[in-house]
Amino acid sequence: MKLNDAVLGALFIALGAAVLFGVQGFPKIPGQPVGPALFPGLIATGLCVAGAVLLVQGWRGRRNGERWLAWEPWVQSPRHVAALAVLLGSVLLYIFAAGKVGFLPLAVLILSALFMTLRVPPGRAVLIAVIAALVVHFAFYKLLRVPLPWGVLTPYAW
Amino acid sequence: MVFEPYTIAVMLGASLFGLFVGAVPGLTATMATALLVPVTFFMPPIPAIAAMVTATAMAIFSGDIPGCLLRIPGTPASAAYTDEAFAMTRKGEAELALGAGLVFSAVGGLFGTVALIVAAPALAEFALNFSSFEYFWLVLLGLTCAVLITGDQPLKGVVTLLLGLLVACVGLGNPAGFPRFTFGNAEMTGGIGMIPMMIGMFAISEVIRYVVDTSPPAEVVVDKVGNVMRGQWALAKKYPVQILRGSTLGTAVGALPGAGADIAAWMSYAMSKRFSKEPEKFGTGHVEGIVESGAANNSALAGAWIPALVFGIPGDSITAIVIGVLYMKNMNPGPTLFTTNPQNIYAVFLLFIIANIIMVPLGLLCIKVAKRILRVPRNVLMPLILLFCIVGTFAINNTPFDVAVMLVAGVVAYVLEANRYPIAPAILGVVLGGMLEENFITSMIKSEGDLSAFVGRPIAAGLAALTFLVWFALPLLRALRSRRQAALRSSASPR
Repeated sequence: MKLNDAVLGALFIALGAAVLFGVQGFPKIPGQPVGPALFPGLIATGLCVAGAVLLVQGWRGRRNGERWLAWEPWVQSPRHVAALAVLLGSVLLYIFAAGKVGFLPLAVLILSALFMTLRVPPGRAVLIAVIAALVVHFAFYKLLRVPLPWGVLTPYAW
Repeated sequence: MVFEPYTIAVMLGASLFGLFVGAVPGLTATMATALLVPVTFFMPPIPAIAAMVTATAMAIFSGDIPGCLLRIPGTPASAAYTDEAFAMTRKGEAELALGAGLVFSAVGGLFGTVALIVAAPALAEFALNFSSFEYFWLVLLGLTCAVLITGDQPLKGVVTLLLGLLVACVGLGNPAGFPRFTFGNAEMTGGIGMIPMMIGMFAISEVIRYVVDTSPPAEVVVDKVGNVMRGQWALAKKYPVQILRGSTLGTAVGALPGAGADIAAWMSYAMSKRFSKEPEKFGTGHVEGIVESGAANNSALAGAWIPALVFGIPGDSITAIVIGVLYMKNMNPGPTLFTTNPQNIYAVFLLFIIANIIMVPLGLLCIKVAKRILRVPRNVLMPLILLFCIVGTFAINNTPFDVAVMLVAGVVAYVLEANRYPIAPAILGVVLGGMLEENFITSMIKSEGDLSAFVGRPIAAGLAALTFLVWFALPLLRALRSRRQAALRSSASPR
């Protein structure tokens, strides 16, 4: 995913401007020369300046035939796109569903889905997923005492 | 402390882990450190540090193995001489290349350790007199170096540095104690967790890169690796200057903030070629550059610990993670660490020595089973790493918020790197942002807003002068050089 310098430059200017706008509401500390707004304000100014330079550079690149956005070959391959989607989706799923569903079922699901999109044979994929989930659970839950959520398996917690 | 059975066991485990991670292409030494954090979180300080020191030393060496056998560097630190090593393999000299990587990695690592042992306490004594003014300039100088030394486009380094500094602003942790950019979220008040971010930037981004990689898997060309120690003594006798030069340059580059083993190896390889008596042989399977830059990348590891321990300023991305761990273990880096807790410092020195010595036998073992490691199916390995990242990130604070931080950091790092933005300045910005602001505000309060006080003390003035010199002189030099080259080119071309 190669973006033209101008695209990212505009993004950085927007971020810098948003921060500059945000720090206007920060309080001043009485009796002190500088407050909490100064530092982020300086950084945001820097981002705007750097973004502007990138914008100009990108504009020049455009004239030399650079595209706004150039994709790598994987975008053409449904298998790779699917793998990326499963990867990002599974982390999101974990963030939002781990508490309700529980670590073990989710880990097995995530691992088997990823294994299969990466072309591990289905039977082996599920087997490795189950073993790996149990091993990780044992190491972190039992040995390191991390409170991994039980979720739907709460009545059977061991 | 170091020779307790528990610590020894941890070191052995970490060694095998480091050798494995280094030898598998796509897994880096920094990633090894990031993956170790959740586990070391539950250990006492010394074994925790032991795990990181040994794992990284091993990983930087074993990155040479796939470079030599597959022409794919196992870690970025081996990239500089991967073509050279592979050319040697083609000529049937794989043993010599692997052996040189192993032996001179250990030599370079030991050299860097000696530099660490000599320089760190001396610097610490000097740094005891530092006030907020000196620290302000020191951090600024470090950040400047980080931007200038990484990548060919300093502007992109500036951008990632600013992004890192901005992330460091989030939360209550500023001198005024005012919650900044928290959007009313309770988890954001504590700031963005450094460790989840690093796991995202160094591990998740690699997993993403793997799943979208369309290049076909490489083939191992060597059937059997023979005795790799043969001929190494002759090499040591033939190239003593190169070994010394590589180790010295590596230590110095490692100590510079933002530049680590990979840049040390590139610079050292270029230097080796430039000063070689037979530069025409470089690139055709010539061992000289491997000897020099192989020593350089391992010495850089120890060099990076000098500013990390003395000032809390990381020399590379690995020590940036280590500093995070040191804070969690109440071993806050800084000159006082050397006076209040000298036994811990000596333990670190000892760990470095042991790690570099056991590297030789364990490395030999790793080379023996290299073929099997290179065959480990990465489509099984990568999802397992993902699961480990999720659980490990969750384990630090037991909150899914950190997992979200990890995911965002991983995606941002992937996109930035795909567009050739260097990541190291961002890490330094996050680690040092708080320190920079705190020392600046403290100084401003002490001087009642008088900026001239920033150069009122001799050392502060010296550091300030150095910082401005780097800011203005280096870009000027660069511009002059490119203009001269352009002039040469236009005069050489026919009109």
